[in-house]
Amino acid sequence: MSTATGIAVTRRAPWAWLVLGLAGWIAAYASLTPFADMVVAALGLARETRLGEALHFFVYDTPKVMLLLTGIVFAMGVIHTFVSPERTRALLSGRRLGVGNVMAATLGIVTPFCSCSAVPLFIGFLAAGVPLGVTFSFLIAAPMVNEVALALLFGLFGWQVAALYLGLGLVVAIVAGLVIGRLGMERHLEGWVRDMQATQPAEFEAPAIGWAERIDAGAAHVKQIVGKVWPYILLGIAVGAGIHGYVPEDFMASIMGRDAPWWSLPAAVLIGVPMYSNAAGIIPVVEALLGKGAALGTVLAFMMSVIALSLPEMIILRKVLKPPLIAAFAGIVAAGILLVGVIFNATL
Amino acid sequence: MKNVKVLGSGCANCANTLKLIEAVALAKGADIHLEKVEDMKQIMMLGVLTTPGVIIDGKLVHAGGVPARAKVESWF
Repeated sequence: MSTATGIAVTRRAPWAWLVLGLAGWIAAYASLTPFADMVVAALGLARETRLGEALHFFVYDTPKVMLLLTGIVFAMGVIHTFVSPERTRALLSGRRLGVGNVMAATLGIVTPFCSCSAVPLFIGFLAAGVPLGVTFSFLIAAPMVNEVALALLFGLFGWQVAALYLGLGLVVAIVAGLVIGRLGMERHLEGWVRDMQATQPAEFEAPAIGWAERIDAGAAHVKQIVGKVWPYILLGIAVGAGIHGYVPEDFMASIMGRDAPWWSLPAAVLIGVPMYSNAAGIIPVVEALLGKGAALGTVLAFMMSVIALSLPEMIILRKVLKPPLIAAFAGIVAAGILLVGVIFNATL
Repeated sequence: MKNVKVLGSGCANCANTLKLIEAVALAKGADIHLEKVEDMKQIMMLGVLTTPGVIIDGKLVHAGGVPARAKVESWF
């Protein structure tokens, strides 16, 4: 069914459409294993063979990850209709460090946010009296802890890994924002940004919307996000399937495994800083590294540093921040990520 | 004549918004003066929090993402 008819249907009966979709989703999720068994058997392959095992992995994981991604992205699209950046800003305005950082990092996950809006949001928050450290907690959490990363980690490595990534991402954003706030770096904002703190934001009245529109928004979010990331996911799972069937398990163990030299983790974070990719693009790499015996902490730290810190982002932020503040931002976030990696590798 | 400003730092969504408004105005035969505002300082002066934003005759009518075609049509 095309999306156009889907939207037409929701306009008439949003709840019926939602229940139908949910029932279909559950039915599909429940038949993942039989479906994969069937495909492998239909091709006349045995699961005991390498090709059979790789293929089973692929036809099981692809629909599973796509289902999880669709479900989570849809839910996030609906949540977005409740939380606008304007509302988040009003909630954070005048908050103190501490409570403000926790709220900012949490709201960073659910506030609709496009990376091209990073600078106007940053200035808009400061202008409305949101403290610098609190603003940074928001800006760090928003790209790092996103629904695509969570859905993919959930689908490929289990909910425990997704929950750990969520929790540790929040911790890094909160602590980094707290440290930046304590350093009192307001003087390292560009002059025109400081002047801006006195201006009044434009009145923008969001139109009242009902559930039909909220469900439409969820569907539109799925179309936009899943439509963009599916090739990366296919690639990631194909890489994973190949590793599953063919590559020896401990291929990466000596460089990035738990018994790797001490510099392995800092090197992974450092390499990740200038790299730029979204969550979907990095997943094939993550899958490949883990499959070859790399340690989970090292791999997650690498993933966080690729998504949360990037050269293009620094260049955009340079318009509003002076170099010492950019350096502090990158240094503190990288240190936080490093700590996460150390804790992960030590405890798991 | 309507004065339309599209505010944005030049990302893909901003360009798409501009194109959409141009196409809709042309299709409806509306008389508009379309202007692109890319300077971050000016964008902030106009009080926009998320880009792309659209201002018509001094009033902010849309912010954050490409507007739906039906929404654009309602402006002209």
